[in-house]
Amino acid sequence: MKNSGTSPTPHPLEELVRMDRIPHIWCPGCGTGSVFTSSLSAIKQSGIPYNQFAMVSGIGCSGRGAGYINIDSFHTTHGRAIPFATGIKMARPDINVIVFSGDGDLFAIGGNHFIHAARRNMDITVICVNNLTYGMTGGQVAATTPFRAKSATTAAGNPDSPFNLPLLAYASGATYVARWTMLHARDLADAVQEAILRKGFSFIEVLSPCPVNFGRRNREKSLDTLRNYHENTIIKNGANPAELDVDFGKKVVLGKFIDIDRPTCDEMYRKMYWPQPETDEKRKTG
Amino acid sequence: MKSHVLTGEHFINGDEACAEGAIAAGCKFFGGYPITPATEVAEQMSVRLPQVGGTYIQMEDEIAAMTSILGAAWTGVKTMTATSGPGFSLMMETVGLAVVTETPCVVVNVQRAGPSTGLPTQGAQGDMMQARWGSHGDYEIIALAPSSPQEMFDLTIAAFNLSETYRTPVFIMSDEIVGHMSEKVIIPDARTIKTISRTKPTGRKDRFKPYQPGPNGVAPMPAIGDGYNVHVTGLTHDEKGYPVMSVDTQKEMMDRLLGKIRNNRDDIIMTEEYLLDDADIAVVSYGVSARTAYTAVEQARQNGIRMGLLRLITVWPFPEDKIRALSKRVKGFITVEINMGQISREVQRCAGTVPSYLAGHTGGAVIPPDDVLKIAKEALA
Repeated sequence: MKNSGTSPTPHPLEELVRMDRIPHIWCPGCGTGSVFTSSLSAIKQSGIPYNQFAMVSGIGCSGRGAGYINIDSFHTTHGRAIPFATGIKMARPDINVIVFSGDGDLFAIGGNHFIHAARRNMDITVICVNNLTYGMTGGQVAATTPFRAKSATTAAGNPDSPFNLPLLAYASGATYVARWTMLHARDLADAVQEAILRKGFSFIEVLSPCPVNFGRRNREKSLDTLRNYHENTIIKNGANPAELDVDFGKKVVLGKFIDIDRPTCDEMYRKMYWPQPETDEKRKTG
Repeated sequence: MKSHVLTGEHFINGDEACAEGAIAAGCKFFGGYPITPATEVAEQMSVRLPQVGGTYIQMEDEIAAMTSILGAAWTGVKTMTATSGPGFSLMMETVGLAVVTETPCVVVNVQRAGPSTGLPTQGAQGDMMQARWGSHGDYEIIALAPSSPQEMFDLTIAAFNLSETYRTPVFIMSDEIVGHMSEKVIIPDARTIKTISRTKPTGRKDRFKPYQPGPNGVAPMPAIGDGYNVHVTGLTHDEKGYPVMSVDTQKEMMDRLLGKIRNNRDDIIMTEEYLLDDADIAVVSYGVSARTAYTAVEQARQNGIRMGLLRLITVWPFPEDKIRALSKRVKGFITVEINMGQISREVQRCAGTVPSYLAGHTGGAVIPPDDVLKIAKEALA
C-alpha cells in the first residue's frame, strides 16, 4: 500500500495513546517511554477490549504513565497506586487493573501497600520502572539505589543496601514475578501480556536508565547502561529469587521467576462471603 | 426484590446505626482499618455488605483504606470508610485527592480525645478544624455532626446524598459518646428513604469532558468500563481532566471546586433551633455537646434566663449567615464543644461586636450543663 506524503501511517499504538498530550515529559535517554510502549503492546496483543482495562499510577516520572494512556487512567497520590487499584479490583473484578509506577513510589513510600496486595494475591498487574533513583525530584537515594552509588543526597555513596524486588514480591506472596530491562522490549511486552492474562498478583520489575539524574552522578553514560542491559544480563527462568540482586559486576538475572496458582482475593471473598446460588443438587436434596 | 434495609425499631449504638444508614443509602464498598472508637462501624459493614452484594476489605492502614474507597468509587459505587483521630490524620492527603478529583465518598470520624493517641476510649470534638483544613491547599468540604444514634443513621444517608450530588467527600463528624451510645433507632420503610446517586454522562464519548460542570456546578461522572476513557489526576487539570500547569487553569479549577459548595450552601446547610425566638443568649453546639446544651437551655429557662439553642447539623460549610442574623438580636453567644475553641472561633468571627464565649472541655467527657449556665450568668451580668 502506498502512503501519501501528507498522511503518514499512524503508529500502531496510537489508539492507546492520548495523542493530544504528546510530547511527553520524559527526558532524552529515559527508559520509561520504552517500558510504556511495551506495556501498550501487551494490552493490544492481549485482545481484551480497551474499556476492560484501568491503569493506575502513583507519583514520579513513570507515575505519569497513566496520563498518556487512552483508557480509564488514574494518577493518584505518592505511593498509593496499589490501594487505589485494590479498590477498583474489589469493586469491579472484571476490570484488568494495571499499576504502572516507579521504584520510589512502589517500594519506599508505597512499600507497605505492595507487600499487602501481594499477600492477598490481589488480581492486579504491577509494572515497576526501576531507574534506581528518584528521578522527578532530581536523583535522590532510593530504596533501590545500589550500595555505594552516588545520589543527590548521598554524595559520598549510598551507605545502605537496596531491596531485591523479585525476592520481596515472592516472599510477600506474588504469584507471578519477572524481571526484564527496557531494552528487552519484546520479552517485556510478552511478560506484561502474560501477567495481564494471569490471575493473581503479578509483578514485573523493569530496569530502566535515568541518565540525567542517576547516570550523570555515577559516571555512567546512557549507552553504558544499555550496554550493561545487553552484555551483563543473563536470562534464567525459574531462578532462585534470593539470588537476584542487581549487580552488573556479576550478571543481572532476567526472566520469569515465579508463576504459580493461588486463589485471588476477590475470588475468595465472593466465594466465602457472598450468598451462593443454590445448585441443582442442593435444590433436589434440600 | 427483597429490601436489605432493616425497617423497624432497634436498640443499637451510634456506630451500628451509621453502618445501617450506609446500607440504606446504597453503600457497596467499605475500606476499613480498626481503630477505637470507630471499629464497630467497620465490623457491622463487614457483616452487612456481603448480604447486599457489596465488598468489605480491611486494608493495611488508614491511608490505604481511604485510597481504596476512591478507586472503588470510580467503578460507579457508593463507598465509605470510618476512623478516629489518628487514622483521620493519615487520611488527610487522600481527602485532598478526593476533593480535587471530585470523587464522592463518605468518611466517618468517631472522634476521641487527642492530640496523638490521646484518650482512645473517651469522646471529644477536637478534629473539627482538621475536618475543615486538614488536607493541604485551599478547598471547601462538607461535614455533618450527628447528636444521637438516630442521627447516625439519618445523617449517614444525608452524607451519601450530598456526596453524590456534589461529587465531593463528606465527613460525618461523630464522637465516641454518640458512637457508643445505645438508643432507639427507627429505620423507616426502604421506599420512604430518599437516596441520590451521581449523574451519569450521556452523549458522545469521544467529546466527553469529565470536569465540565452541569447546571449545579457539578460534572456528570462516568464509571470505569463505561468507555469514556477518563483521565483522573491530582494535578491541576482542565475540564478534560488533563494536567495543565498554569495559573489560569488553577484559578478556573479552584473557582469551580469552591463554587459548587459555596453556591449551594442553602441546600447543604442544616440547622435546628430551640427557643431562639426570644433568646438573649444563643448557645451554639453540635454533636454530643448539643445534648448538654439542650439541657442547659432548659435549666436556664427555669432560672429565668432567656437562652436558646442553635444546633449545627451541618458544621462545614459553616452556617455563618445564621450566626450573623442572630448577632443582630442576641446579647451573647456561648459555643459548647469538647475542645478548647474551634467552632467557637467561627462563631466569634461571625458575631461582630456581640460577646462570644466558649464552654469548652479538654476532652474525655461531656460538658456539664452547669458550665454553660455559669457562663450565661456572667454574660448577662
